[in-house]
Amino acid sequence: MPNVSKYIFKIQRFSIHDGPGIRANLFFQGCPLSCIWCHNPESQKMLDSKKNSDIQSVCDALMETIQKDLIFFDESGGGVTFSGGEPLCQPDLLFALADSCKALEIHTCLDTSGYAPFSILEKASRKVDMVLYDVKLAIDGTHRKYTGQPLGPVFDNLTRLSDQNTNLLLRWPLIPDITDTQENINGIIEFVKNNTRYRDINILPFHKAADGKYERLSLKNKMGKIQIPSEQSIRKTASIFKFHGFNVTLNG
Amino acid sequence: MNPRVNHLRDKSLEEQVSLSHERAALVTQFYQSHIALEHSVPVQRALCLKYILENKEIFIDDQELIVGERGPRPKSVPAYPEVCLHSLEDLEILDSRPKVSYKVSSKTRQIYKDTIIPFWKGKTIREKILSAMDGDWKTAYASGMFTEFQEQRSPGHTAGGGLIYHKGFLDLKKDIQKEIDTLDYFNDPEALDKKEVLLSLDIAADALISFAGRHALALEEQAVLETEPKRKQELATMAKVCRNVPSNAPQTFHEALQYYWFLHVGIITELNPWDAYNPGRFDQNLYPFYKNDIEKGRLTKDAAKELLCCFWIKFHNHPAPPKVGITAKESNTYVDFCLINLGGVTPDNQDGVNEFSYLVLDVIEEMRLLQPSSMVQVSRKNPDRFVKRALKIIATGFGQPSVFNTDAIFQEMISQGKTVEDARKAGASGCVEAGAFGKEAYLLTGYFNLPKVLEITLNNGFDPVSGKAIGRKTGDPATFETFEQLFKAYKRQLEYFIDIKIKGNNIIEKINASYMPVPLLSLVTQDCIANAKDYNQGGARYNTSYIQGVGIGTITDSLSAIKHLVYDKKTLSMEQIQKALNNNFDGYDILQHQMLNSPKYGNDDDYADTVLKQVFNAYHDLVTGRPTARGGVHRINLLPTTCHVYFGEVTGALPDGRKKGVPFSEGISPVQGADRCGPTAVLKSAAKIDHLKTGGTLLNQKFLPDLLKEEKAQQAFVHLIRSYFKMDGHHVQFNVVSEKTLRKAQKNPENYRDLIVRVAGYSDYFVDLTLPLQEEIINRTAHETF
Repeated sequence: MPNVSKYIFKIQRFSIHDGPGIRANLFFQGCPLSCIWCHNPESQKMLDSKKNSDIQSVCDALMETIQKDLIFFDESGGGVTFSGGEPLCQPDLLFALADSCKALEIHTCLDTSGYAPFSILEKASRKVDMVLYDVKLAIDGTHRKYTGQPLGPVFDNLTRLSDQNTNLLLRWPLIPDITDTQENINGIIEFVKNNTRYRDINILPFHKAADGKYERLSLKNKMGKIQIPSEQSIRKTASIFKFHGFNVTLNG
Repeated sequence: MNPRVNHLRDKSLEEQVSLSHERAALVTQFYQSHIALEHSVPVQRALCLKYILENKEIFIDDQELIVGERGPRPKSVPAYPEVCLHSLEDLEILDSRPKVSYKVSSKTRQIYKDTIIPFWKGKTIREKILSAMDGDWKTAYASGMFTEFQEQRSPGHTAGGGLIYHKGFLDLKKDIQKEIDTLDYFNDPEALDKKEVLLSLDIAADALISFAGRHALALEEQAVLETEPKRKQELATMAKVCRNVPSNAPQTFHEALQYYWFLHVGIITELNPWDAYNPGRFDQNLYPFYKNDIEKGRLTKDAAKELLCCFWIKFHNHPAPPKVGITAKESNTYVDFCLINLGGVTPDNQDGVNEFSYLVLDVIEEMRLLQPSSMVQVSRKNPDRFVKRALKIIATGFGQPSVFNTDAIFQEMISQGKTVEDARKAGASGCVEAGAFGKEAYLLTGYFNLPKVLEITLNNGFDPVSGKAIGRKTGDPATFETFEQLFKAYKRQLEYFIDIKIKGNNIIEKINASYMPVPLLSLVTQDCIANAKDYNQGGARYNTSYIQGVGIGTITDSLSAIKHLVYDKKTLSMEQIQKALNNNFDGYDILQHQMLNSPKYGNDDDYADTVLKQVFNAYHDLVTGRPTARGGVHRINLLPTTCHVYFGEVTGALPDGRKKGVPFSEGISPVQGADRCGPTAVLKSAAKIDHLKTGGTLLNQKFLPDLLKEEKAQQAFVHLIRSYFKMDGHHVQFNVVSEKTLRKAQKNPENYRDLIVRVAGYSDYFVDLTLPLQEEIINRTAHETF
């Protein structure tokens, strides 16, 4: 048995918030971003790419688990979601899994930050059925401040996916005082409307579920003082997007 | 909820449960009289019922629309001394026990002391049963290998078919006369026995007609005295209803409900059958009356709803008859297991969900009462919105309605040889027991302790808890070289105890057939009239006797831990395991840890689930098809009520890492906390049981309340249920409650009087549960999602 958990740090069966139907979520290890609200901080550490020789056996083992829930996928129109971490950090495994799922007619979603070389993203986008694409912050400075990386590639890649008609759902994390400023919301709306064909957005309100994890892992939780957004502020924000012609869904 | 319903509901909720001596005193008077001696046993029983119904107090509550109480007033519960005689000590225990108590007045105690106890001592069914059992049975029973359902209550599940909705008792009396007229005294050696049974059914019909007549009279009298015009009119209408049913087939929705209710009260007065009586396929049976009344303009939807609410309150007025001793432990609840069935398919195999089904769901949600219990049958033909409507009620954390698979029930019925039409009219009663309503005498005979059989096997026939040799000598397990050898020994012990149980069952069935016929239940159970045989003698169209397996999760995990650690990995020896178990893991923490981390049922792991199938098949093969004394067959189902707690108490430490005395897994649910891969994995594991070979399986899952709030999650639950049912799962139910709430309720029970949780195949008030059962529920895995 290969050490699967080195590559996929968690498999979440009966996941219903990341894509249609009942899904199995595979959480990939490694992420180039370090968003301060990250719910999976343990996933950020990158893999040492030189030692990854057993991709096929890892893929086979994962496919065995995935197939256990086929009946639920079929019944609900669900499937598999590649999440993380950032799945694009492990392209070989991602491609292998996406191909295997395709061969078995299992619906796939790529849940991505968009922060990756376009060549990898493009290849992945052609192998999966749907892309869940994070747009967090529309201003380069704040993007760098809160995620640790520049904004440019995220928006560039989104434009290019739009140009090639990729089936894509935008996802926007509502983080009080960080992403929900008037300036940021306007920036996102303006960019998306002017540069892409996408008008479906999924708002993901900040929650405190990861607090315990930060504590267990003895990591510094910079979100300790931030409160979860009120129902009212979620509704208000949603109405802004709606006003600008977006179809809004909440909580995935 | 309108003011009337609110008033009646509050009253029913506030009324304290008490024990009434009324019935016991009337039964005693009857048997003390010379009349009893002049007749055959069946006729005696019918005349006894008639005597009770003609002399018991009539109670009509102010404002109520459906009438009839079993006791002198609501929640005043009668006793059945001819089945089980309560001693003065029993009465004291019933009165003072902290949970599920029954207030017993000093007058009742006096009457028991002076009349009831002296007359019935030595004559009860319970005593007849216990004295007829041999030493092996008594030892096994006392050690907690199995329980015995008939020692305090009488048989009866899946009663309540569709017969009464198109036949009045006068019609049934004509049918009886026809059978009497055609008895063949020349060629049929049983002709006279048959005549006595038929006469008893005829008398039972008169008894209930007379009971209804007494209500009609009382209502007419009240109507005369009533000054408020609206109530005056209501009383007159109710009197008219009671004049027409049960004599004649019901003509209106009101009459159909009142007819059923008279019959319900009559049957639970005749004796104390296990799932009371049962309205069966409620929406299928009542919809034609509802539709017709609405179309004719004599009923509005609101009026129908009000009648239904009043009907619901009548069930709530009737807590289960008191149980004591082991029977109280296996079924420690006021709930009396009536189960309203909704949905499913029609007799011509169409979608059975109709507008009335949704109306009844509204009533269930609004009434939020423990009784009657309710369920939805989900066929692949039923619409998703029906399931979602039910889920919305489940999401309120009420444990009702439970969810059943119509398509599985149909296949179960067909594989038992039932007709296609009877299979489509089938459903579940009690907890999860599936049968042909009104045509099958479905008897539960007792719970069976599957894990304890392993304890006996590991000790070569010796029971370390009771300190007695109670099983077969199947060899010292330390000498077993393979898992197959161990499993063979387990099977031999299983066979030994099942043989004891079945022998006992066959004797007990004969005792009930001889001494305790049930004329009224027989009258409405097909084909007792045509067969001229009582329900307890095998008169029903189908006759089944069930042994309910308990702890399948616990036994699976225990066997798979041994298989894994001793025979496959070889990291432990059998002696080490035996030592650890004998010491209840004291000083064996590492071994216990290894056992707790062995493959577990409920994770869609074929290692454990293969063992599950082995255990299931062994149990099934040893029981199913064996003949019963009534001419039926024995079968299995998997449900526990509260018996997983009792069986846990009498079983020592087990190789799954469970310590002595801890409750077992419940129904076919995994061991509490052992399922770690989420609900889809649990359902996959559970579906590896061949449900279609059972007469019911029970799966509970616990979810955090947040999960079911969203529309998307509710849709996902519909898919979850549909997937499980595609795999032929029989039943699933959800507890939607957080641990935090349950802990708070333990600390401040007075603030959580109305907190309802799903226990096994029924719901109960959390604060009414015993502490071990409360803990067991808290320890179940709570699923969440992301």
